[in-house]
Amino acid sequence: MAKELLNVDFGVGGLATFMKPHQVGDDLHSDTMILNLGPTHPATHGTIRIVAELIGERIVDAEVEVGYLHRGFEKMCETVDYNQVMPYTDRLNYVSPIINNIGWCLTVEKLLGVEVPKRAQYIRVIMSEISRISDHLTCLGASAMELGAFTAMLYYMQAREYLWELIEEVTGARLTISYGRVGGLKDDLPQGFASRMHKAFEGVRRHVDNCDRLLSRNRIFMDRMCDVAVVTGEEAISYGLTGPMLRASGVAYDVRKSFPYSSYEDFSFEIPTGTKGDSYDRFSVRYQEIEQSLRICEQAMKNMPDGPIVLSDPHICLTPKDQVYNSIDGMITHFELVIFGVEPPVGDVYLPVEGGNGELAFYTVSDGTGKPYRLHVRAPAFIHMGIMRKMLLGANVSDVVPTFGMVNMIGGECDR
Amino acid sequence: MDNLSVNVATPQSPQALSLEQVLEHLAATFSTLIISAHIDRNHVVVQIDKAQVLPFFTELKNDKKLQINALMSVTGVDWMDSRDDRYEVVYHLLSMSTLARLRVKAALPEHKPEVSTLTSLWHSANFMEREAWDMLGIVFTGHPDLRRILMYDEFKGHPLRKDYPLQGKQPRVALRYPEVENTARQMVRSGLVAINKKKPSVEGV
Repeated sequence: MAKELLNVDFGVGGLATFMKPHQVGDDLHSDTMILNLGPTHPATHGTIRIVAELIGERIVDAEVEVGYLHRGFEKMCETVDYNQVMPYTDRLNYVSPIINNIGWCLTVEKLLGVEVPKRAQYIRVIMSEISRISDHLTCLGASAMELGAFTAMLYYMQAREYLWELIEEVTGARLTISYGRVGGLKDDLPQGFASRMHKAFEGVRRHVDNCDRLLSRNRIFMDRMCDVAVVTGEEAISYGLTGPMLRASGVAYDVRKSFPYSSYEDFSFEIPTGTKGDSYDRFSVRYQEIEQSLRICEQAMKNMPDGPIVLSDPHICLTPKDQVYNSIDGMITHFELVIFGVEPPVGDVYLPVEGGNGELAFYTVSDGTGKPYRLHVRAPAFIHMGIMRKMLLGANVSDVVPTFGMVNMIGGECDR
Repeated sequence: MDNLSVNVATPQSPQALSLEQVLEHLAATFSTLIISAHIDRNHVVVQIDKAQVLPFFTELKNDKKLQINALMSVTGVDWMDSRDDRYEVVYHLLSMSTLARLRVKAALPEHKPEVSTLTSLWHSANFMEREAWDMLGIVFTGHPDLRRILMYDEFKGHPLRKDYPLQGKQPRVALRYPEVENTARQMVRSGLVAINKKKPSVEGV
């Protein structure tokens, strides 16, 4: 029955009326049952509500409700200046906040028409990739745990811990980082970072390999993941999927390759793709991307250029403190920047970056003042929720958990 | 399963189109459907009339040269008094095969912010148009399921409109599900899932 249901095109929004009790047999008591999952449910790590209509254990209709974590991000951003948006972006995808920071910095820089120094670009790449790995590790670990593989989760968390120690060392924070600055970065890399990074990566590789042996050919794990929630490439594109979700369906689209930003064109890496588009492919695409991200970090570290990490334009970046305290020009420019903020020219910009889960883009409209006139986030998690209903139709109740885990919805990003 | 034939381009690939090529092609092929097209900060921006939204996107999706395949974002801007038409709906499109990116804008008047839906062309339009309606009050005519998505059903107004106050107060909402009736069946809003349309169930709920 599952196969037949998966082949039906349900269209957009319409209710599935194809399977009503009379098809099961009126002599049996065969009413559909409503099962409510969430908004607070241990397996929906994120506040989302799924109302499923069931016949037996089969989902014949599902309604996905988002918005429980809506905080008015876009409205708040209209009231603060461009650099003050940075802490808010941390709270979008809070598992990989640096990618959000850097996406926002690049958007404002494109609006201003400037490019940061090469060294800043390379450090941005390293920090983005470390964030991406920690995002993937969290996703894989949480999904493994939800399927009962608690040991694997502990190993993944330990691997993430190595990376978060690196992040803490560079940025001074672990979760809400605010590392980016318009026109550069908050801090340079500390002394001896390269050797500690290589040591941490050894640990990550060791733990990820251990987990690979625990999970990838595990019979129970594969039974739960293979052929569940299959999405073809055409569907994936039509539903606007990006990132690992799209690549698992066989479309090798990656913003880092197709629209390189922040010097990504300097590094060689591959785009892993899946063949079937099921949950297992999403798992293995994420697993392979970890290795590719580690490779990018190592290349960037090896070829790290010297030089400044911020622009020297006092209307974009804060003046160095010795000039602020010792010269009248320095103090004036400092005060101007703090009071009025960066003032980009009138216009609008849409800049995509490859986030942990897909194409993260900020669409910003500037009216020439220090505050964004309008800011819209193209949040991959929100758009991925659009296909949840399609993926769940025809599945079992027990398939909800691995499907949802591999979509990797992050509440902060989805609901903004 | 053989997977489809989207040949994803990189900037070096021969099929990748430059901004000027995209602009030229738009001017040559779509001249009747668009008002203007120009390049702004490495992005092709197209201005169209709101009545042309559906014909333009239908043509665009079938265009063999640009091969636009994904609708990436639907949103809007509230211009208040600074423009004749208060609202503007903004679409972002992407071609993975030719790396063309388009930003398409259509102005909508204040008294009737309506534009036709794109759900017949792209599935992704469903959630994104619901969000634009919820946040800015842009009505997408023909949308099969235009409900609030981020805010709750009883919310009054549209929070991203410029005249919505930053700390606007909302009327209190009655407790939706009294504890005595707090069963899964009652938690489903009426009309949400079509259950028991023909006959009441045995329990008589």
